[in-house]
Amino acid sequence: MATLAGPSRLIGAPIKRREDPRLIQGLSHYVDDLKLVNTLHCAFLRSDYAHAEIENIDTEAAKRLSGVVTVITGEDIREKVSSVPCAAEIEGLKIPNHPALAVGRVRFVGEPVAAVVATDPYIARDALDLIEIEYRELPVVVDMDKAIEPDSPVIFEEFGDNIAFTMPLDAGDVDKAFAEADHVISHRLVNQRLIPIAMEPRGVLAEYLRGEGTLTVWSSTQIPHHLKTFLSLLVDFPEHRIRVIAPEVGGAFGSKLNVYAEEAVVAYLAIQLGKPVKWIEKRGENFTSTIHGRDQINYVEIAVNNDGTITGLRAKLLANMGAYYQLLTPIIPVLTYLMIPGAYKIPNIKLELIGVLTNKMATDAYRGAGRPEATYIIERMVDLAAQKLGMDPKDIRFKNFPQPDEFPFEIPTGIIYDSGNYQETFNKALGIINYDDLRDQQSARRKRGKYVGIGICTYAEISGFGPSIGVAGGGWESSTVRIERTGKVTVLTGVSPHGQGQETSFAQIMADELGVDIDDIAVIHGDTGRQPQGIGTFGSRATPVGGTAMLIAGRQVKDKMAKLTAHLLEANPDDLVFENGKIFVQGSPAQAVEFATVAAAAHNAVNLPPDIEPGLEATHFFEPEKFTNPFGAHIAIVEVDPDTGEIDIQRYVAVDDIGHIINPLLVTGQVHGGIAQGLGQALYEGAVYDENGQLLTGSLMDYAVPKATQVPSVENDYTVTPSPANPMGVKGVGETGTIASTACIVNAVVDALSPLGVKDIEMPLTPNRVWQVIEDAKKGVSE
Amino acid sequence: MSKKVINTKINGTNYTAEVEPRMLLIHFIRDVAGLTGSHIGCETSICGACTAIVDGMAVKTCAMLAIQADGAEINTIEGLAENGDLHPIQEGFWECHGLQCGFCTPGMIMAASQLLERNPNPTESEIRHGLEGNLCRCTGYQHIVNAVQYAAQKMQS
Repeated sequence: MATLAGPSRLIGAPIKRREDPRLIQGLSHYVDDLKLVNTLHCAFLRSDYAHAEIENIDTEAAKRLSGVVTVITGEDIREKVSSVPCAAEIEGLKIPNHPALAVGRVRFVGEPVAAVVATDPYIARDALDLIEIEYRELPVVVDMDKAIEPDSPVIFEEFGDNIAFTMPLDAGDVDKAFAEADHVISHRLVNQRLIPIAMEPRGVLAEYLRGEGTLTVWSSTQIPHHLKTFLSLLVDFPEHRIRVIAPEVGGAFGSKLNVYAEEAVVAYLAIQLGKPVKWIEKRGENFTSTIHGRDQINYVEIAVNNDGTITGLRAKLLANMGAYYQLLTPIIPVLTYLMIPGAYKIPNIKLELIGVLTNKMATDAYRGAGRPEATYIIERMVDLAAQKLGMDPKDIRFKNFPQPDEFPFEIPTGIIYDSGNYQETFNKALGIINYDDLRDQQSARRKRGKYVGIGICTYAEISGFGPSIGVAGGGWESSTVRIERTGKVTVLTGVSPHGQGQETSFAQIMADELGVDIDDIAVIHGDTGRQPQGIGTFGSRATPVGGTAMLIAGRQVKDKMAKLTAHLLEANPDDLVFENGKIFVQGSPAQAVEFATVAAAAHNAVNLPPDIEPGLEATHFFEPEKFTNPFGAHIAIVEVDPDTGEIDIQRYVAVDDIGHIINPLLVTGQVHGGIAQGLGQALYEGAVYDENGQLLTGSLMDYAVPKATQVPSVENDYTVTPSPANPMGVKGVGETGTIASTACIVNAVVDALSPLGVKDIEMPLTPNRVWQVIEDAKKGVSE
Repeated sequence: MSKKVINTKINGTNYTAEVEPRMLLIHFIRDVAGLTGSHIGCETSICGACTAIVDGMAVKTCAMLAIQADGAEINTIEGLAENGDLHPIQEGFWECHGLQCGFCTPGMIMAASQLLERNPNPTESEIRHGLEGNLCRCTGYQHIVNAVQYAAQKMQS
């Protein structure tokens, strides 16, 4: 195991991960790797229609198949499994009933209609083919612009229309800003629908023990504690007898930040049948029936003066909810709304956000969740303004940044950015890429007929969710730190990592705090039976919120240990140093007492000071007072082949500021992965439904997850502006790459084609689309 | 469906079982042999999470029937480390942070082992092309490339 010798500071060191030995040897356990005796296997029959009445379901033939245990439909469980939950609270939000299995009507392709349980997964799937359903098709609406028309088909008749909610904002004097501006730039920007595609599909295994009256659910989830609470409500089972375990989870990116119908149905079936029931999602189901991301149409105008000052922004944001809500569906575009000014001082802002119901799978949090959309809007608009003014896109950005001494900086949507120095970070990126020479080189290459573009994205993010007022279901995090009798340290955390590596980074923090070897610390997560309370991993919150909860719990234990040690050494607890597994009075390491000796003394409890209870354990709930606001500057150089429309990313520089860094190796891994996903949106990915609501991109053959050959090597660097929101000064890094790279790449490609008069290209920038834009531009048909 | 008896050797151990002709090889490996290190990401031969070495070739074991592997010698991720010593590719993935969630990793490592067997000193571009059949959603591939370069160097020295 990689440990540094001596009285090390592990915080800041590129420690290799303690998770990895099991993962690189095939020794880890994802849900599908767990085997319980007598497990039954569940499969779901899903709607082939985007909108239809269910006239009849005939399950008799399926029930007769040898090996089939039961077949259930929506009618069978409508009184027994309640509505799939949505935690969003928005004024005027229309919340539809969301049955776990469709009742009477289906509203998107992939909606679960019936569930089969059989002794073998192959038989369960055979049985699906024997279920006969008669549907009566209804008119379908998938397009948001059409869905808000008065004559559109309506998805929920009780609502009268497809508008889920509207949220206005009017800050400053927008009309005056636009009336007085030198220029007004208007544009329609589409943020296409994406599919998260965690490599591990979802999976659930549930076991009900009749004698003990306990329900244990293993689920591939980011939020085991929320799942426990919601399952108790969904299947009416007492929460204190439910244990939810998120075992090894194979990626999620927000898609598993949910409570899904299948989790409720599998738990219900396990209780009914008295045997373990398992469901493992097929990739096709993952495409149709696990949440999607993005899917916004934005009508945006900015007011800008000749010197580049942006004085106002007006926008109508249409956000596609899909047919039903998942856990946070309506909340996600609110983050777009809140973050729309990005890294700039824009005093006057008027917005109208409209949530729109359509016959598609629900959207919800996908890495970045509302913030990549906001960044795309403002970063494209800033570039369009620069293009209009004939200004360098670098200069317009500097012109509109807040100054470092203006932080904490409040933007008109009410968000207060915690800390920042946007100039320093941007200058660092410009220096790495040698920007000034680059523009000269670009001119020279353009003269040789090359289509070379430089794309910039300077972003500001909101993360570290967060104060509970801003997070449905609570924004705190909980942790317990326990010193075992032998001096080993058990850290229990409510965050639920699924690739991020907190078993390593949290142990680094605790090793430094307690002065013990990292190998003597175990970080346990993802089990409501071991860690009683928690929220989970999402929104780049694990380290700023969960790490802080752990740090404070650790300090409480350490204080108690210091009091006990002071009693044993007849010293002052304030003078004690914890280092190298020993505790001693500052300056007297020779008279040290072993950490493990104090741990044993706390448990043997025969020589405790009067005010000290036995044991060494503390639990802390940390509620942050504010959000964190990472920021950064990404710059890309691309060359476009005009004959094929292909895009070659020649350099990609990312300078991010996430406050203090716990483990630079893991941080860089997060940035790389985020950039690949954002770049996937820019260049390759897009969920396409046809007008009948059929998902045309329903397999990995049709939906282009970037391959190794399609992602560039990134040059990473950092600046460090500590966050005042937590004692470690960390901001969170999980989403920065995704937030920055989409706009960065699109800006680069548009810049490459700007000599042809191209101002915008709709994502994804596939070779065919880029080639068509070039051909149209050459013919004078500018976009 | 009439069943058929097949024999395979996986990581040096013989497995004999009566299976349905339609059973996928990955299900045989995971559910019959109980070796769950190889993962199922798509069952459509695209993602590569189920990659194992079958008679010397890297194969997506969801794209093969178990009965087609009758008599075959198969190596999976569980058989890569010898006597507790990690294979240089495993070491490379650990040293270079070549994995995050770990779900694609066993398949990625098995594909990399074939890549390095065929081309012991690959360029970055050759590594990227060689791993094109294996999807990773977490890492952006850069650290995976570093991991394979690390292994190539170590295996040559």
